Amino acid sequence: MIAHERAVLCENITKVYGSGPDEVHALRGVDLEIRAGELLMLVGPSGCGKTTLISIIAGILDPTAGRAVVFDHDLKQMPDREKVRFRGRSIGFVFQAFNLLPSLSAAENVAVPLHILGKPRKTALARAHDVLKSVGLGERANARPSQLSGGQQQRVAIARALVHEPKLIVCDEPTSSLDQETGQKVMQILRDVALAPDRALVIVTHDARTFGFADRIAKMNDGVIEEIVESAAHL
Amino acid sequence: MNFIALKMLTGDRAKYLGIIMGLTFASLLITQQMAIFTGLMTRTFGSITDMGQAQVWVMDSKVQFIDDVKPMQSTQLYRVRGVDGVQWAVPLYKGLLKARLANGAFQTINVFGLDDATLIGGPPEMVEGSLADLRRSESVIVDEVGANGRLARPPSSPGGAPTPLRVGDSLEINDHRAIVVGICRVQRTFQSQPVVYTTYSRATTYAPRERKLLSFVLVGVKPGADAQEVCRTITHATGLSAYTRDDFSWMTIRYFMKYTGIPINFGIAVLLGFLVGTAIAGQTFYNFTLENLRQFGALKAMGADNGMLLRMIVLQAVLVGAIGYGIGVGLASLFGIVSKNTELAFRLPWQILAITATAVLAICVFSALISIRKVMRLEPAVVFKA
Repeated sequence: MIAHERAVLCENITKVYGSGPDEVHALRGVDLEIRAGELLMLVGPSGCGKTTLISIIAGILDPTAGRAVVFDHDLKQMPDREKVRFRGRSIGFVFQAFNLLPSLSAAENVAVPLHILGKPRKTALARAHDVLKSVGLGERANARPSQLSGGQQQRVAIARALVHEPKLIVCDEPTSSLDQETGQKVMQILRDVALAPDRALVIVTHDARTFGFADRIAKMNDGVIEEIVESAAHL
Repeated sequence: MNFIALKMLTGDRAKYLGIIMGLTFASLLITQQMAIFTGLMTRTFGSITDMGQAQVWVMDSKVQFIDDVKPMQSTQLYRVRGVDGVQWAVPLYKGLLKARLANGAFQTINVFGLDDATLIGGPPEMVEGSLADLRRSESVIVDEVGANGRLARPPSSPGGAPTPLRVGDSLEINDHRAIVVGICRVQRTFQSQPVVYTTYSRATTYAPRERKLLSFVLVGVKPGADAQEVCRTITHATGLSAYTRDDFSWMTIRYFMKYTGIPINFGIAVLLGFLVGTAIAGQTFYNFTLENLRQFGALKAMGADNGMLLRMIVLQAVLVGAIGYGIGVGLASLFGIVSKNTELAFRLPWQILAITATAVLAICVFSALISIRKVMRLEPAVVFKA
């Protein structure tokens, strides 16, 4: 995938949790640039700050110092209300635990971001059906999450992350709850359906078997990015 | 988002029904207990309501409520008649006397002696006979409930049902013969004793010998005259107490509220209903929110602001509140309909419905508030925790 525009810029980001003797330095001056059209993986041992970093990039956590710029929007300068709106418009989420609403059908779950943006129910559901088809779940649109397998639930979550056509998609361990085969399928869908020239994907993962899907891999350790490599072969 | 809020609420069937049950219980208990309390309080002044023609009641200044009779000299009647603004004034005897029944047993009865000439103060509804029949010698009119119950004749065969007192039957009141000439329908009294109407002069012969026998003076005011003003004039001119019908009713209620344990007993039941309802509904609603906290976190991460989530929670609270209130009030009304012809006092004016609605609303607001607080403080980053 050829990358052009800069999607995310992280400048000297630090994040400290707690204070005094309980102080924990989760990030210690992270600099990172993510380009539009690329799939970047954040990898590293547990507690190295991967999740904290994508939370900051996604605008759901404020850094202690430094700044994150997402598609030319400096999140630090953005008032809270505007940041919430920006998240709703421009960022898609795929969570490790799927976080689907159990009482809604697959299509209704996918339509949630459009409801948040104030789209009419009928329009939102029609669009949700289309996106579900693109991830291969068109025929399961009316199924509840409890009636779907883990892989299918994650595909619904991917459809939900895509439905409002965000510019940035952040995924937190999207394959860790899935078996190898299903994990590979989910990654393939992310690569084929979610990635676009004007959109960036950031994936936090421990799963070495999925590294081959990345354009670049940022290796993190103890709150800093130690190395960024162009492909899995370099690890 | 309303649609999502409703789906979230109804999706967890057990909790949804639990919250509604809590609110239904609170609503039912509050409505039912207040309706019984109101019914009882209404009975305390039932006699005043029945004597609707009298706009003003005149009595001894020490009288505290309708059953607290402190007889006056009969000459007070003439003094009242002479007061400006009084169109007419008639005597009323009211007393608890003993009636001897056909089986020899005694029953306390509430006797009203009406003005011989006008019969003002008579029963509001005759079931059998007419009020004018009281002009016949030894005549009395008995209330329907008393005639069918406490004054009924003993069963003709052992174990059989008592025979209701009928027109033509006789009673013995304080050693005086009384013949039933009519059956009437009156409001039940607080003590539920049978009510017997007769003329004032006959009632005073039934009553034990006393120097003063005039219980009340019933007054009609001249057209255009202000009843309150007439009361003040009567008090000023005679030294007696005079109250409008409404004021006397409220005075009676206030007496029962102040000197009996009724309000406290019912108040405790109502409070318990409120507290238990709050505990059940509040706790279940809070648990429901806690269990959905991750989902709320996901919505927050996806761009739902606090106002949006607040509206969702308020909608959920309002919906369960409305359903719980509807079922609770419906059940209480059903209870009232079923107990209509029993001894149970039950009165359900719109004010009780409004009070219950306010109480249920308060429970919902409380439940929503404790839940909203949790959601407002929720960091959306929680969704990245496995």
